[in-house]
Amino acid sequence: MSADHEQHPLFLPLVFAGGLIFGFGLGFSHMAQPEVVLNFLQFDDFGLLFVMFGAAVVTGITFFGIKQFRSTAPLTGAVYGRRLKTLDKNVVIGGGIFGVGWGLSGICPGAAYASLGVGNITILYGIAGMFVGAYLQGYWRSASAESDAPAAAAD
Amino acid sequence: MSLSLLALAFGDLFPNGIEHYAVGGLFVGLGVAVIYLGTAIPAGASTFLESTLSYASNLSRFQQYRPSRDWRVVFTLGIVAGAFVYAATFQSGLVSSSLHQPATTGEFLEVGGLTLWLTEVQPWRLFLGGVLIGVGTRLGKGCTSGHGVCGVGSASGASFVGVATFLLIAIGVAQLVAALGVSP
Repeated sequence: MSADHEQHPLFLPLVFAGGLIFGFGLGFSHMAQPEVVLNFLQFDDFGLLFVMFGAAVVTGITFFGIKQFRSTAPLTGAVYGRRLKTLDKNVVIGGGIFGVGWGLSGICPGAAYASLGVGNITILYGIAGMFVGAYLQGYWRSASAESDAPAAAAD
Repeated sequence: MSLSLLALAFGDLFPNGIEHYAVGGLFVGLGVAVIYLGTAIPAGASTFLESTLSYASNLSRFQQYRPSRDWRVVFTLGIVAGAFVYAATFQSGLVSSSLHQPATTGEFLEVGGLTLWLTEVQPWRLFLGGVLIGVGTRLGKGCTSGHGVCGVGSASGASFVGVATFLLIAIGVAQLVAALGVSP
């Protein structure tokens, strides 16, 4: 996916620029405020739907539209494809666990990074928790992958 | 009359308007689109958690992300910086627009002309929620950006299922927590 040997000199600057736009959008839309996300989940303000689906419409048009013009990306030479994952029980179990965490805290990964950017140092509790959680599942799954013989890269 | 009823219902659903949500959402999508157009990578935010752990841990689960870990750090730094640009401009009142809505939650902190925003959601909720988010997004193959923005934008069946699952569960949990009197 990303270049192992020679990386295009504009690769990292472009990723940074994309992150910059992405993070600005999360700030502008107030998604960096856990309270606003909780207000959505408690049915007090449905604005979040415009953020998530507004963004999905832009990516959808981009993902499907670019293939009309070219087949590979200029900086990586990679073929333009869709983001497709295998649907298995992990999607539902993991999605459910994520849902409990999202509903409890009002944060999700991207919005948490953005929250740090708007000055919310309290969010470090949340980001620290995310690393702990990511480590725990990596520990369990590394252990079970070793006992199951050949380690398969699930995603 | 039906029109004004409709407007009333709309105001109930969107007490803070919709402009800043829609504009912010377009920027979020644009950020993903810029990276995708240049690299063909549909970037999500939660893989960063595992790929960054590969710098510090030799667990086999994290090693698969070594090839992408550098750019994922850069992507995350970009997100933090982009939100900081928002804080230094609109949030601090340096730039204004009719599309922008000032924050009505949390608390503001003035530091040398810069307006910072701080949450009032309790730290234990952030931390415990964060742990569950770390486990769930990685097990479930994506978060609100990976499944919600990139996956839905790809018309991916797995992402539709993922989004429906975490959205419904989160609504239930948030309502339950509020009903138990936990606030904020």
